[in-house]
Amino acid sequence: MSRYILKRLVMLIPVVIGVTFMVYFILSLSPGDTAAMIAGETADAETIEAVRKDLGLDQPVIVQYGKYMLNLLRGDMGQSYKSKRDVFPSIMASFPNTAKLAFWSILVAVGIALPIGIISATRQYSMIDNVGMVAALLGVATPNFWLGLMLIILFSLNLGWLPSGGMGGWKNYIMPAITLGTGDAALITRMTRSSMLEVIRQDYIRTARAKGVPEKKVIHKHALKNALIPVVTVIGIQFGSLLGGATLTETVFAWPGVGRIVVDSIKSKDTPMVLGAIVLLTITFSVVNLAVDILYAFIDPRIKAQYKRK
Amino acid sequence: MAEANKKDLILDINDLVIHYETEDGVVEAVNGLDIQLEHGKTLGLVGETGSGKTTTALSILRLVPDPPGVIKNGSIILDGKDVLNMPIKELEAIRGNLVSMIFQDPMTSLNPVLTVGEQIAEVIALHEEGGEKEAAQKAGDMLEVVGIPRERYGEYPHQFSGGMKQRVVIAMALACNPKLLLADEPTTALDVTIQAQVLETMKQLREKYGSAMIMITHDLGIIAEVCDEVSVVYAGQIVEHGTLEDVFESTLHPYTEGLFGSLPNIEERRERLQPIPGLMPDPTDLPKGCCFAPRCKYCTAECEKARPEKKWVNDTHYVRCTRYNEPDFKIERSER
Repeated sequence: MSRYILKRLVMLIPVVIGVTFMVYFILSLSPGDTAAMIAGETADAETIEAVRKDLGLDQPVIVQYGKYMLNLLRGDMGQSYKSKRDVFPSIMASFPNTAKLAFWSILVAVGIALPIGIISATRQYSMIDNVGMVAALLGVATPNFWLGLMLIILFSLNLGWLPSGGMGGWKNYIMPAITLGTGDAALITRMTRSSMLEVIRQDYIRTARAKGVPEKKVIHKHALKNALIPVVTVIGIQFGSLLGGATLTETVFAWPGVGRIVVDSIKSKDTPMVLGAIVLLTITFSVVNLAVDILYAFIDPRIKAQYKRK
Repeated sequence: MAEANKKDLILDINDLVIHYETEDGVVEAVNGLDIQLEHGKTLGLVGETGSGKTTTALSILRLVPDPPGVIKNGSIILDGKDVLNMPIKELEAIRGNLVSMIFQDPMTSLNPVLTVGEQIAEVIALHEEGGEKEAAQKAGDMLEVVGIPRERYGEYPHQFSGGMKQRVVIAMALACNPKLLLADEPTTALDVTIQAQVLETMKQLREKYGSAMIMITHDLGIIAEVCDEVSVVYAGQIVEHGTLEDVFESTLHPYTEGLFGSLPNIEERRERLQPIPGLMPDPTDLPKGCCFAPRCKYCTAECEKARPEKKWVNDTHYVRCTRYNEPDFKIERSER
């Protein structure tokens, strides 16, 4: 199994190269003169040219990218064009904020989704099932930024119960975590339901019932563990993308996280900052996926046996 | 069967009717089926796929999938208890304990994420006194009884072959010494060589524990080997019932005869097999009269009018065939 993990970690290298390459070129294609933006609105042509040369922006894009990658290999993510500070520490300063939010959001999502998904499946076409599925549909269809804004209007502006943004006490977590959590919950609920529905029709569930296992235990002991694999996959993917920073939600709630860095940096064409955030996102996403794959082995002995053979 | 010995019955099913009510129509799976089985005896239920055998067995555990399955009529008395009107708690107490079932496909009837030992120990822990440890101990014993080394207790179903899995299922079914064992084509999914082994194991264990058994199969060879009585099922109804001798030696129903005709005869290889012409009637649209009439060479206008009644020919043997109302009616029987 450790060989398998090592193999997966080595696979990260081509993934990071591919992702940074694409992002670098897309950014270079986007309109606007980077040097002019950094030099400022009042700068004259000479200053702009000096900035361009200073940042190496006068060279071809492929050369710029090559230089960036060489530095990255040495562990140097460069400096922000805008603030002139080192990229790595700036991103690492905001990553814990994003991670904390991601943790609470996924907790909200799983806390809502698993019970509703299980109940919907065991009482298919019942009132609870129908209400749950309509709610899940609404949850998937609702854009996070809109839900966030509506929550701010209701709880911050009108009722004044919760702070509208920033990071302070636990109260600051409630609205962003609910905004992110409900959206993810919708997908996880649907996945749990369909996976459970498939499992409870299996022969081994009938065997369990024929043994006299009480219905509750049939669901929790025999069905749930089998139904969990696709659900864990979805939770993993969503947790991974939350760790990469929920750009819109962080912007709406003025959350000092990675997502906001990405948005701000793209706006100001701060390429090193964007790339730094993207590299971090890629790595966390891959590591979370790997963690999910390892988790499978603990859920399903058949998968564990496969890993051993690799 | 005479009223006098009703007390000795482990299972008494009367006029059982089960429908599957789907959007495409009502599937009449079981239509007025009767089973009377004494303690310790083995009854064979023979019939084609889709004749309602499995549905009948599941109804004894009240495990007919609902929806769409609905038990419309009839009674199931198991060891003096009314299964169909039992509270769910009591039902859970008898499942796996008083009555247990061996399912057709061992590949899918074990839970892939639990060890085989755990799965056997679970049924013991549910129904017998004593803690988890004792249950695990006894589960290990059961593994050895069915010929699997105790050391494999902690292995998962995917590490077992098909025949081994079916042994595990059998161990699970017999773990609590059930008074009635329902075996739903227990060897159909297995290789022929493994079939014989598994059947032998089942036979020995059943004798050891004295369980009654319903053996569901479409294999007349298995019936001849393990059963005391035979019920031939066609379109959800028993068309002929009797002791092994009654049914095999003095076959009455044309369908039963057809089943024998479609068996290969090892000594007489020259003869061609004689399949029964036609197909089972569509269970959403059963004929008004005898269900076998469309395929029967003895069919008359009378047969298509009404469902035939039971006609007893001796204490143990009955047939449902309208033609036997004629005193000299006899079917042609092939040599065997």
